[in-house]
Amino acid sequence: MMEHAQKASRFIENESRTDWHDASLWFIRTKRDRVAHNIPEWEQLRELASQIKDNVLANLDAYLEQFEAQALKNGVKVHWAADAEAHNRIVHDILAGHGVRRLVKSKSMLTEECHLNEYLSRQGIEVVDTDLGERIIQLREEPPSHIVMPAIHLKKEEIGELFYEKLHTEKGATDPAYLTEAARRHLREKFVGADAAITGVNFAVAETGGVVVCTNEGNADMGVHLAPLQIHCMGIEKIIPRAADLGVFTRLLARSATGQPVTIYTSHYHRPGPGREMHIVIVDNGRSAQLGRPDFRNSLKCIRCGACMNTCPVYRRSGGHSYGYTIPGPIGSILTPGIDLKKYGDLPFASSLCGSCSDVCPVRIDIHQQLYRWRQVVVKEGGLPLVKRLVLNGAAWMLSRPAVYGFFGKLMRKAMRRLPRRFLYNRFNEWGKGRELPEPPRQSFNEWHKQNRSRS
Amino acid sequence: MKIGLFIPCYIDQFYPQVGVATLELLEKLGCQVHYPDKQTCCGQPLANSGAESAATHIYRHFVQLFHTYDYIVAPSGSCTYHVRKHFDCIEQTGEVQHVRKHTLDLSEFLLDVLKIDALDSRFPYKVGLHQSCHGLRGLRLGPDSERVSQERSKLGALLGMVEGLELVDLKRPDECCGFGGTFAVNESVLSVKMGKDRIADHENSGVEVLTAGDMSCLMHLEGIIRRQGTGLHVKHIAEILNGVQL
Repeated sequence: MMEHAQKASRFIENESRTDWHDASLWFIRTKRDRVAHNIPEWEQLRELASQIKDNVLANLDAYLEQFEAQALKNGVKVHWAADAEAHNRIVHDILAGHGVRRLVKSKSMLTEECHLNEYLSRQGIEVVDTDLGERIIQLREEPPSHIVMPAIHLKKEEIGELFYEKLHTEKGATDPAYLTEAARRHLREKFVGADAAITGVNFAVAETGGVVVCTNEGNADMGVHLAPLQIHCMGIEKIIPRAADLGVFTRLLARSATGQPVTIYTSHYHRPGPGREMHIVIVDNGRSAQLGRPDFRNSLKCIRCGACMNTCPVYRRSGGHSYGYTIPGPIGSILTPGIDLKKYGDLPFASSLCGSCSDVCPVRIDIHQQLYRWRQVVVKEGGLPLVKRLVLNGAAWMLSRPAVYGFFGKLMRKAMRRLPRRFLYNRFNEWGKGRELPEPPRQSFNEWHKQNRSRS
Repeated sequence: MKIGLFIPCYIDQFYPQVGVATLELLEKLGCQVHYPDKQTCCGQPLANSGAESAATHIYRHFVQLFHTYDYIVAPSGSCTYHVRKHFDCIEQTGEVQHVRKHTLDLSEFLLDVLKIDALDSRFPYKVGLHQSCHGLRGLRLGPDSERVSQERSKLGALLGMVEGLELVDLKRPDECCGFGGTFAVNESVLSVKMGKDRIADHENSGVEVLTAGDMSCLMHLEGIIRRQGTGLHVKHIAEILNGVQL
């Protein structure tokens, strides 16, 4: 329990770095605000996107079959994976069938979720992430801390140090242009030498059987166009019904993610080029279980823009790694309890329930309401430590008995006035670690009222 | 019009002056206000901790005390929001529905029911408004920075009626203070960090008095300010509207 709290405390120990992290993300949040506020119909767009996704989730089986039929018609090979293991096995089988030794990958949170890199590396296949941020964290052998900006937790000095070590750039270099150029050269070699390319999928259009990938670096295109074999991995919830619906989402996605009007590249893949192969792997991995939970199903509307992370006052001050899952932040905290309630049961509590996430979400997921509801589930399933359970039950007992409440209130105030400071501010007093307790008045409002307004 | 005054538990115990200010203000505006003295709490501390089922006794007690009033008025957006939003888990009798519909934050009652457009109060200070999240994003007491909307800020409108008061612009107009109920102790380091950052924004913007519609946020912020030993004053909005002086 409360692993997040411990990790957050460690993160905040370096306060200036916490402030830097907070400011970097807040900058993106304000950029998002500016572009969103330039669109008068922004709220209607969000509502429309939310309704389209409602329709998708209500008819997911039919849309998936439609999508598969169209893709097959286009000459694409379609695979179905029930879980991460099946996904990794399928991808490996495809690669093995083509004798692939070197693979380039453009950003895919799904393959992160399935730990595909580790799986393929164990089979002797070289996997290179080609999104700059992803490549950085891959070289550092750590998980992403954000779904859109995976290396947002790192400073340019640290990247300079990493590139010096791994890419042999000049020692002490911190100029972003220089470092980016070095990464570019390094990645070009990998692109040219790749036997296959894997991408994630932002949107899968049921009507056309095509997939859409949004990037800023063009790395998905670079990979796909150079390699003879392309594989696109998608969660079942990536479906949208028609090509005409796409504009609703692309308008929302980049604005919400980074405050750009649109991503630099919006790539549409429909069929393999002559003499090439295109595969789509459709993955469930717990999604249909989430679909079966009425209180939580609309978490599957998520288009992975990361806006809820950028806006979250907790995420900004605790960092993505404090959540312990590929998808951190508010959306991660409502997806993870459905995956493993024991392991991630503390995440719904890692929130002040301020509701900013729900208002920023481009598809109107009621994120903070779901956090609240997951808390109820966690407690019902016995996820609270005994002491907390006793305190809560005691409070419930007291607060439904006015006389007991009045008596304990008076007693508590008296104790707070009389007890020595070191006794009050003991090591169990979490409130008092960074704050003073309120100064207890002699009279409660109730007592004041009795004395001054006896008529009512 | 029968008005029931709901004074949340932490105001009752720690900040009676906020309850008094609310009562006096309503009386000055000509309201007959009743205070059912068997009231305790809205149950939010339990429910937000995941113990909604344990809180249902408190909900029923609340409804039983307040269902006979035309309006239930509370100087708290957060507790009001809890009653309106989360009393949905008990049987929805006519009484429950009435209470959920007619429990109002003080600012809503003043502007939407009494429709006041002037106040007899003076507060010649630079005031920073902390927009408590449940009031702002739950009750929609004003526009938040995330959504594109043309709503007016209820708390801002009320403070605008106070003579001499200068409402200060903040760098982050509506970021959470980090109180969050039991979050404040479950994640105390993070909670205090959030509070410190909010306070710094107010201080750097030249605020002399920090106010809010929720005393719970202010209890947290005041606790940090007192620990830091800086001179920022903290007042609930009801106190300012009722003409408190420093």
